[in-house]
Amino acid sequence: MSTALFDLVVAVARIGVFFSFCFGLLVVMTWVERKGSAYIQDRRGPNRADILGVRAWGLFHPLADALKFLFKEDFIPDNAHRLFYQLAPMFSLAPAIMTIAVIPFGPDVTVMGRTIALQIADLNVGILYLFAVSGMTVYGVVLAGWSSGSKYPLLGGLRSSAQMLSYEVSMGLSLMGIFMVFESVRMSQIVAGQGTLLFGLLPKWGILVQPLGFVLFLVAQYAEANRTPFDLPEGESELVAGYHTEYGSFKFSMFMMAEYLHMVVGAAVVATLFLGGWQFPFLGDAGFLFPGGAAVALPKAAVLLIRIGSFVGKVVFFAWLYVWVRWTIPRFRYDQVMRLGWKVMLPLSLLNIFATGLILLLLRK
Amino acid sequence: MTIGVKKVARPPEMSFPESLYLVEIVKGLGVTMGHLLRNIVRQEGIQTIEYPEVRRAMPVRFRGRHRLMKRMDGSPRCVACYCCATACPAKCITIVAGESPDPTIEKYPARFDIDMLRCVFCGMCVEACPCDAIRMDTGWFTPPDDTREKLIFTIDTLLEK
Repeated sequence: MSTALFDLVVAVARIGVFFSFCFGLLVVMTWVERKGSAYIQDRRGPNRADILGVRAWGLFHPLADALKFLFKEDFIPDNAHRLFYQLAPMFSLAPAIMTIAVIPFGPDVTVMGRTIALQIADLNVGILYLFAVSGMTVYGVVLAGWSSGSKYPLLGGLRSSAQMLSYEVSMGLSLMGIFMVFESVRMSQIVAGQGTLLFGLLPKWGILVQPLGFVLFLVAQYAEANRTPFDLPEGESELVAGYHTEYGSFKFSMFMMAEYLHMVVGAAVVATLFLGGWQFPFLGDAGFLFPGGAAVALPKAAVLLIRIGSFVGKVVFFAWLYVWVRWTIPRFRYDQVMRLGWKVMLPLSLLNIFATGLILLLLRK
Repeated sequence: MTIGVKKVARPPEMSFPESLYLVEIVKGLGVTMGHLLRNIVRQEGIQTIEYPEVRRAMPVRFRGRHRLMKRMDGSPRCVACYCCATACPAKCITIVAGESPDPTIEKYPARFDIDMLRCVFCGMCVEACPCDAIRMDTGWFTPPDDTREKLIFTIDTLLEK
């Protein structure tokens, strides 16, 4: 096979696999959210949609939802700016999809004598790309709010843009510690750095070297993904619906897809930066190597499978954590959100940078 | 006479770990996870009613959908006296009286409509009726419908139940 063709096939296959993983998880998450919330609140949850009498615990509900959204009336309000009104859902969905590109799903694999990175693009600007792209979601929200030509969406859009911008600051600053410890912004190098051991005993995962950074990043991530306790942009039960009040049918569904995709990608980012990505504790290229000196040799394929499985497991856990937290903590008041963002998160993330720098300086001496 | 003053105990100040929130959030996560696991393991412990199949038994005094009572021969017991329509605060009852073919009975309702969209389910019509012709003991709510016309119940609908 020629080199160019091989590269093309690999690139298409990679994009296909990662795309379907994220969208598959997105569909499952809508089901998990409804079923999980039901069980947490002592309800039974969706269980009625059936295909030929098979109900399968409500697993067909995402399908029914999709059908419903496709066949609903697709309207445009009279006062709406027609172009931007149509573009806004795409503006929210596209950045969420684009961020998948820099997340490494596993270690490099050798196929037919060539090394393939299990990552769509191993950019040397890594996380900076992620920040740049995910920052663009604000456009979707603001555009949707403004172009609807109605007052409530406008207010909702402004509220949410204020919230997302506030938390973008501490989100970026809370990751500085990670850059300082692993001395790179390249995702693959950060993951590789987390494969080493700390004091020869614990895996050097981001959560252990940057506990404060982890908490700050997780909170900022929740605020960015507009999930409870930070779901003021939507505020389903108290406000009308915020920026997407005037949207119906599949355009509304695209906003929802963007939200769930944010969750999936957010979970992947947290897993990659703070929980070692595809690293499995004490698993080296040749097999397990425990701190005491005990070793278990494993074939190459098994090591690869465990590593990819460990990544998927971490992503699933964090995705579930989003749902779990949503049905545990009540929503913040708006002034509380702003106070937390500027008066707590920002100073703490600056403190984290200072403390990390100090410790690194002392260790170096 | 002096007004009794009730002393309300203020909640104690938050301790340091409480004011950090994170510990409390983890505790809360424990509570919700407990509910989740319990309900997954013991499905029958979930206290919900499978609504369309199983209906909650309404208390006897529940004011539900109206019905009109019948005489032994099947004709409506209503004598079109307009008491219910007069008592109705929402003015949702429309009665048109007709002369009854039965010489012992003066009038019968040629038309008896209840606009369910206006009805406030106060039960005044039931109280006002001298013949016990209208009752609200069906134990059943007004079912939803897709047009306004379908929610104006005619005499035939009211006699069904």
